Amino acid sequence: MIKAEQKPVDEILDFLKPHRKILLAGCNACVAVCHAGGEKEVGILSSALKMARKKAGQKIEILEDCSTRQCEPEFVQELKEKAEEVEAVLSIACGVGVQTVARMFSDIPVYPGLNTTFMGETDELGVWIERCQACGNCVLHVTGGVCPVARCAKQLLNGPCGGSQDGECEIGNDVPCAWQQIYDRLKTIGQLHRMEEIIPVKKWGRESRDKGPRTISREDLKL
Amino acid sequence: MKSGSNLEKILEKGLFAVTGELGPPKGNDIEVVKKKAEFLKGYVDAINITDNQTAIVRMSSIAAGALLVQMGLEPVIQMVTRDRNRIAMQSDIFGATALGVKNILCLTGDHQSFGNQVDSKNVHDMDSIQLIDCVRIMRDGGTILGGEEQIEGQIKMFIGAAANPFGDPFEFRVIRLAKKINAGVDFIQTQCIYDMKRFKEWMRMAGDMGLIEKVHILAGVTPLKSAGMARYMNKNVSGITIPDEFINRMAKAQKPAEEGIKICVEQIEELKEMDGIHGVHIMAIEWEHKMGQITEMAGLLPRPAVS
Amino acid sequence: MVESFSPRIVAFCCDKSGYVAADMVGKLRLSLPESLDIVRVPCAGRIDALHLLQALEKGADGVLIFACHEENCQSLTGNIRAKARMGYLHGIMERIGLEKERLDLCNLATNNGAKFAETVLQKFDELKKLGPSPVE
Repeated sequence: MIKAEQKPVDEILDFLKPHRKILLAGCNACVAVCHAGGEKEVGILSSALKMARKKAGQKIEILEDCSTRQCEPEFVQELKEKAEEVEAVLSIACGVGVQTVARMFSDIPVYPGLNTTFMGETDELGVWIERCQACGNCVLHVTGGVCPVARCAKQLLNGPCGGSQDGECEIGNDVPCAWQQIYDRLKTIGQLHRMEEIIPVKKWGRESRDKGPRTISREDLKL
Repeated sequence: MKSGSNLEKILEKGLFAVTGELGPPKGNDIEVVKKKAEFLKGYVDAINITDNQTAIVRMSSIAAGALLVQMGLEPVIQMVTRDRNRIAMQSDIFGATALGVKNILCLTGDHQSFGNQVDSKNVHDMDSIQLIDCVRIMRDGGTILGGEEQIEGQIKMFIGAAANPFGDPFEFRVIRLAKKINAGVDFIQTQCIYDMKRFKEWMRMAGDMGLIEKVHILAGVTPLKSAGMARYMNKNVSGITIPDEFINRMAKAQKPAEEGIKICVEQIEELKEMDGIHGVHIMAIEWEHKMGQITEMAGLLPRPAVS
Repeated sequence: MVESFSPRIVAFCCDKSGYVAADMVGKLRLSLPESLDIVRVPCAGRIDALHLLQALEKGADGVLIFACHEENCQSLTGNIRAKARMGYLHGIMERIGLEKERLDLCNLATNNGAKFAETVLQKFDELKKLGPSPVE
């Protein structure tokens, strides 16, 4: 799922300076799971912002809401009444949600309260790690279910490079070498021969974000 | 002849090759290149020009390589996949060959976090194996990558790559060598060798896979300057292990620098006798002025003139 | 002004330590400030960052957490969680310019009535010196 972290409060306060009444909108999907933009985080951020502004002698009124999924226009529509009452929206959804809100309420400013960081899994409670970069053409069948695009510091497709040492990446900081992990996995499942195949150059320009926003169009689902 | 380079000729004739290394200046001071090149002149068959090694910004390897060509020396330009996409790399290969460069070493490159531009974005549009394949297509197919279009002119490049027998997982290291050979590499320069036992094991595995007949392997060596340097490299440089025996010899030596050269010469002599080793790549980092002494002591002089 | 200022303190008390200790204060005939509000919670781990921050926002000059001694939580790590949440909030408080001293934690046992009173009174004096909450 999408993982995100709250921006520093002072940075948020800085871009909210001109406003006296805002809507703070969370999202109950991915960002709620990683404790960055759910209902509770709406409450905490709201409280912090109000205190900071009160202290500075420039009170701010904050309406609070939390959408089921801020990336879906029909749920964002539910924020309409509140949005009409305020000068701006502070969204603590991922970058997708912020943009849906911006598109739906086109006449007021929308600010991001989070930094959207990656798609990842929960390592342990409170720890999340990147696992996918949505490169657009999955190679996990060749790499034993470990993604070199998301997990190798050099996105190598025919790794490991010479810097792999004792299972660790050359960049250090206890970052595991993705290609050592791929090697171990392939060995375990008896597919080490996969390592001998040369994986050809990727079509970054046709399959990845380089060609502008990618779209998926499913005729069978369209009304 | 694939490229007609001096290095290729020497290797094809079955002569023992010697290559050296030159790090371009952190600026545009041509005198630095000239001075270092003069130290190497006459002692090596070709000179590797590093490409922003350890991600430190330096004069481009192609520009420094072209200066060497002007001096009548032969460069091996290193090209890392870290900083350029496939458009820029192919364009630079056009340019390099136009300027008289005939050897290329295809590398991944150290991670940018080691250098002085830590916030830069690494590219890795291709990896080193894909780059080897790309240069081979340009040379043998006469087209650019994935293109039908003929290249205007001919790309005559002797294609090299690195191999690190000391990286992990060890059993994969020969498979990686095989991949590079399949991609079309002509010669290999190894990471600097100190752990001879592991290196021999790697060579044995390569021999078992029938790889040593398919490629010219140049063994990498670097003279140690002091016990401190040995300990530092052993601890901090990934892919390098220095046996205690060498560290102790360096620590006990009256003149550590001389001892380092002595060790290096011993290693070269041992490597010369090994099956499948077609040359040495001597990386005397910031010690270019010692190259004459090292090659002399190792009995590598005079360098043969081939045509 | 400062003399007449009586800081409002909200004390979140774990039912397994802090709350029992607070009860003992009366038996020991020790006195506590009138402006102290006690919130009884089943475990310090139940106190959410949101509750702590909202107490400050809604008028508390200081907030105290009374939790069991570390390694002595009946719910295993409730006290550790409370401490971690306090750390998280200290980060936010620092960025919005709210003194960290306004949020504190005390580990104690059921029979520590005297420690409870002492901690509250110390915080009371500290807050008095610090002055009213700037968000009031």
